[in-house]
Amino acid sequence: MSIESKQQEIIEEFSVFSDWMQKYEYIIDLGKDLPVIENDYKTDDNLIKGCQSRVWLHAQLIETGRVQFTADSDAIITKGLVALVVRVFDNELPADIASTDLHFVKAIGLSEHLSPTRSNGLASMIKQIKIYGLAFSANHA
Amino acid sequence: MLDVHAIRSLFPILQQQVHGRPLVYLDNAATTQKPIAVIERIDAYYRTTNANIHRGAHHLANISTEHFEQTREKTRAFLNARETAEIIFTSGTTDSINLVAQTWGRQNIGAGDEILLSMLEHHSNIVPWQMLAEEKGAVIRVIPIHDNGTWQVESLDTLINERTKLVAVNHVSNALGTINPIETLIAKAHATGAKVLIDGAQSVTHMPVDVHALDCDFYCFSAHKLYGPTGVGVLYGKRELLDAMPPWRGGGEMIKSVSFEKTTYNELPHKFEAGTPHIAGVIALGIAIDFVQSLSWSEVTAHKQQLLDHATALLLEIDGVRIFGTAPHKAGVVSFNVASHHPFDIGTLLDQQGVAVRTGHHCTEPLWNFYGVPGTVRASFAVYNTLEEIESFITALKKAIHLLS
Repeated sequence: MSIESKQQEIIEEFSVFSDWMQKYEYIIDLGKDLPVIENDYKTDDNLIKGCQSRVWLHAQLIETGRVQFTADSDAIITKGLVALVVRVFDNELPADIASTDLHFVKAIGLSEHLSPTRSNGLASMIKQIKIYGLAFSANHA
Repeated sequence: MLDVHAIRSLFPILQQQVHGRPLVYLDNAATTQKPIAVIERIDAYYRTTNANIHRGAHHLANISTEHFEQTREKTRAFLNARETAEIIFTSGTTDSINLVAQTWGRQNIGAGDEILLSMLEHHSNIVPWQMLAEEKGAVIRVIPIHDNGTWQVESLDTLINERTKLVAVNHVSNALGTINPIETLIAKAHATGAKVLIDGAQSVTHMPVDVHALDCDFYCFSAHKLYGPTGVGVLYGKRELLDAMPPWRGGGEMIKSVSFEKTTYNELPHKFEAGTPHIAGVIALGIAIDFVQSLSWSEVTAHKQQLLDHATALLLEIDGVRIFGTAPHKAGVVSFNVASHHPFDIGTLLDQQGVAVRTGHHCTEPLWNFYGVPGTVRASFAVYNTLEEIESFITALKKAIHLLS
């Protein structure tokens, strides 16, 4: 499934929620379900430090030429948001990761989590994913 | 009794909804909201009297200068300083502290000298002294605290010694709300010849401050935590210290005469006010002081105590709540965590319900290292908050906990 169709899928999932509580309940559940990152990868090198919550992101280029992402956070809502972003970019081609516009966060009404004042590390994490995409596509060029 | 609803009606920003709910603003230790008179004064300044001060020979310049200097006199009276020359306008508490570090500090602190801070300090009352200590080879020492968030006062007798040149502490802790016994500390510091700087950012809205009676050497606060505009702060200093201090920033206003061979500096307070200041902001600070002075301190303190007591009692009824800072004398701040929930998660879910609190380390990382937690949720109260708002906050908190569990 392409990055774009995964974004559309998430937007559809969120369209059924009629209030903020249902939306956040879902995000919290996603956070609880996200497989924890292996301890070996939960290193300072993989740490994206927000002012408040911390995010760990590990990226790996696999044999198919696609990138696998695993991630974690110490705050459950951040972790849920991280799970959505990982779902969109995981197992995609580096060039696609670098070039596709990420618009679903805004479309599901959560763009406030991307603002730097939120300092939850999500905006930095997305930036880091894009950098991985660029770096891995440069390696393969 | 304080007429809280009448006071509330003076604050336009409080009349709005956030995420479809009435705004409950409990982040007052970060910044307070502004009464309409302060907002209108800024507007009126730019509409009617905008001109640079202390310079022009024209009508508007004279009026602006007069209004600007009226705030200096109001600030002097507010702090009970001896003379207006002891009131320096800065950009905020942080700027005031840096001014003292870079002038008095660089002149008076040398290798092996000690600067005494406390575990409760805001980063802005730590970092400027670390920068100075690093440059001069001086040593930072720290007043330890008890678990309830009060100083270990008995440690002062050994911490303050003949090497101590400066003690820099806050009057009220921004993170916990502890009101510190600065009177005791000032007496002990002066007994060995050390000077004392008080960070009053959190105290000036909570209680009357009399720098003359306190006998502190420096006292700093920010207008924006006193219902005034951002970008304006105050440094009070004793005249004999300010007179002996070298200027910091060079520029216009702070000079008497300039030639390429030799510049002579202006008199106090202008010596420390280089460049065009935040004129509108300073004038509006005068209106904020008028607002605070129009209220009775005993009623304000009683009201904030009632808000604090109510919030504390309701929080303690909730399973898993741990309150940080349980000093017998506290200002209107309650800092807490709920079980193992991350403060950011609680803060996000409160925000969805229109409740504004601060989450995180509140710029006091050493304090949270002491408690062994990365941060807390902090609710802080102002004169316009109501008991009903405390109840809305608690209801919203219970909903947040339910969602996270």
